[in-house]
Amino acid sequence: MLATTVSSGVVVLVGAVFLACAVEMVEALTIVFAVGHTRGWRSAFEGVGAALVALSALVAVFGPALIHVPLTWLRLIVGGVLLIFGMQWLRKAILRSSGLKAKHDEDAIYQETVAELENVAPGTNRDRIAFVMAFKGVFLEGLEVVITVLTLGTSAHRLGLASATAGVALVLVAIVGALVARQLSSVPENAMKMSVGVLLVTYGTFWVGEGLRVRWPGNDTFLLAFVAIYAVVCWALVNLIKPRDPSNPLKVNP
Amino acid sequence: MNKQPLVLRLLKGFAMFWWDFLVGDTPELFVAALVIIGAVALVSERWHANSTAVIMLPVLAIAALGLSVKRASDAAKRK
Repeated sequence: MLATTVSSGVVVLVGAVFLACAVEMVEALTIVFAVGHTRGWRSAFEGVGAALVALSALVAVFGPALIHVPLTWLRLIVGGVLLIFGMQWLRKAILRSSGLKAKHDEDAIYQETVAELENVAPGTNRDRIAFVMAFKGVFLEGLEVVITVLTLGTSAHRLGLASATAGVALVLVAIVGALVARQLSSVPENAMKMSVGVLLVTYGTFWVGEGLRVRWPGNDTFLLAFVAIYAVVCWALVNLIKPRDPSNPLKVNP
Repeated sequence: MNKQPLVLRLLKGFAMFWWDFLVGDTPELFVAALVIIGAVALVSERWHANSTAVIMLPVLAIAALGLSVKRASDAAKRK
């Protein structure tokens, strides 16, 4: 029973952190590839390195600080943040799956970034534009990962595991990204976002409840029930709002 | 040239980040989360109705998500 309880929580935690990190990494990598191919790799890598250092510093500073917040309050606040964040992700993923919102197109983002950079005069040895673009891309996408790692990790008292999972996802996506060059558009990003959304709302619901002293049947095992319930709800919502007439063009919402 | 002190700019940036992160273009989800927390707090902490809270929390979250999706879907279909 204990093993089941521990493994359910760990599986959901690892799954949420890994998928969230992978999705954000795909988006960051697209920008880095565009910068590297257009302006040269040196400044692009320097920007990536600086962003990773800044993000690690945030985890190092805020991670231990969050541990000192009383657990009930921490879980209520973190649960509330995850609930909002998860519902936002699910809403977007549902609208994209139903065809009412344009899917995230990595190819288009790559082309836009390249076009933007080509209009700027080429840099010298240390290309400031390339550095800033790569830094911003990695830092802004990474910030969402940091928040996911910190909130999920500290509330579950598994910050080390959450950080390690994010690290593994980061390395894996970087390796796969380098191998497939820039064909990141073939990554099933919306399905991954839907899964992350389900996991975030699952943890959000669970911890809001814990923070308000709700006793869940089966404790952590109830997380799996939430995953199943929210997955079914998403599937139902996608089918409910999908336009009936396939010849009807998409009403794209930018 | 921005003449505001660095600390003020950093604070503004920090506040803007959290506003975009939590509210952004879906203020209804932010409000819904506050309502859910308030309602479940009443049921659980004040009335000690655990079973009701267990059912109420996910049902309210699903209702909030459903309404927000419906709102976006209706807006997209009207365009």
